[in-house]
Amino acid sequence: MKNLFTVMALIGALFAASAASATPATNTLFAKYKAAGASGFSAERGQKVWTKELLSESGEMMSCTTCHGKDLGKEGKHHKTGKLIKPMAPSANAERFTDAKKIEKWFKRNCNDVLGRECTAQEKGDILTFLLSQ
Amino acid sequence: MKNTGKLKATLLAIALLLSSSTALADGNFWQWLVTFSRQKEVQPVTNKAYQEECGSCHFAYPPGLLPGKSWAKLLEDKGLNDHFGENASLDADTLKEIRDYAMENAAEKSNFKRSRKIALATEEGDAPLRITEVRYIKRKHHDIPEKMIKGNKDVKSRSYCNACHTKAEKGIFDNDTVSIPNYPDYD
Ligand code: HEC
Ligand code: HEC
Ligand code: HEC
Repeated sequence: MKNLFTVMALIGALFAASAASATPATNTLFAKYKAAGASGFSAERGQKVWTKELLSESGEMMSCTTCHGKDLGKEGKHHKTGKLIKPMAPSANAERFTDAKKIEKWFKRNCNDVLGRECTAQEKGDILTFLLSQ
Repeated sequence: MKNTGKLKATLLAIALLLSSSTALADGNFWQWLVTFSRQKEVQPVTNKAYQEECGSCHFAYPPGLLPGKSWAKLLEDKGLNDHFGENASLDADTLKEIRDYAMENAAEKSNFKRSRKIALATEEGDAPLRITEVRYIKRKHHDIPEKMIKGNKDVKSRSYCNACHTKAEKGIFDNDTVSIPNYPDYD
């Protein structure tokens, strides 16, 4: 009985851990960002970058939420094309953050769009930590 | 001698008939019929990489909507870095797969009716970079008032085919499947 309980607790812990963080893809990326000098990733800092509004080249205020929406559990909408973008929160969309190449590709495009430059390793690690917690 | 010649010819004719009817019985006929009835519209996208990469920011335009010379320009490495103001660049392998797919299925390579018309409309002159610049497509949308397009928050531009063409993902653009958001009575 006691053994069974321990096993169940262990399984529960495993599930909790995998819900709060990390796919094999994001593990690879966190390791890469650390190798580039980043450390101590923070969801709070990530959220600040995610919601920070900046004046874009086209003269409108933009942030990551411009296309991904304010509620990460819901669909977003591409600001130019109107195309619906599936929810970013892994809790609402299990396909999120499962392909390291895809994540890096969109970081590159979207950081350039919003910040006018690529994101640093520290910023990417922070943002991923924030997104994975959703 | 003459008779053997006739006999040979008759035998040959029978053999030909037989072989072609077995071919039909094999299902080629049905395939032909299905293809024939499908070819009115535009071939929908069938390549996964194309669907994913070119369908992430907007509806994935079927390659049969533009001629090869347009895809060649649009799908240059440099061109994709500044793709209508967006960075749509791809790694070399993915780009090659997508470009090959688009070139092989470009308007002039397709037997689908609308693609044939697009191929004809673009045969001469510069390669259009937009489907919305193709004469045939322009003409079809000439009469739609701007307020239903630009002034319509659920459309915004002619470029977003699938906002109005409800079966665009299947390559279907006929009048029966069109519905302009917020203007249900337009026809
Ligand atoms: C101009 C619209 C737009 C803006 C602004 C935008 N994104 Fe995106 N983002 C997209 C689209 C489109 C996709 C790909 C579609 C999809 O994955 O559903 C995407 C995908 C992503 C992905 C990949 C997710 C995955 O499943 O792997 C990440 C990471 C991402 N965006 C981060 C950001 C960050 C960080 C910002 C702000 C700096 C941002 N985005 C701003 C449009 C945008
Ligand atoms: C990062 C976002 C993004 C990606 C990825 C992307 N596009 Fe686009 N595309 C756009 C935008 C924005 C426009 C301009 C829409 C407008 O004018 O309103 C556009 C326009 C187009 C047009 C012209 C439509 C017209 O007739 O007006 C074509 C054709 C096109 N894209 C093809 C592609 C192909 C093929 C790919 C894949 C290699 C691709 N796009 C990937 C953002 C993107
Ligand atoms: C504002 C909504 C809207 C958008 C966006 C739009 N269309 Fe159309 N389209 C229409 C309407 C309405 C018609 C029917 C016009 C008429 O009354 O004959 C039409 C007709 C057509 C036809 C001819 C259909 C036929 O049976 O003759 C084609 C082909 C077509 N559209 C392709 C496209 C493509 C490709 C795009 C994107 C590049 C596009 N459309 C974008 C509304 C739209």
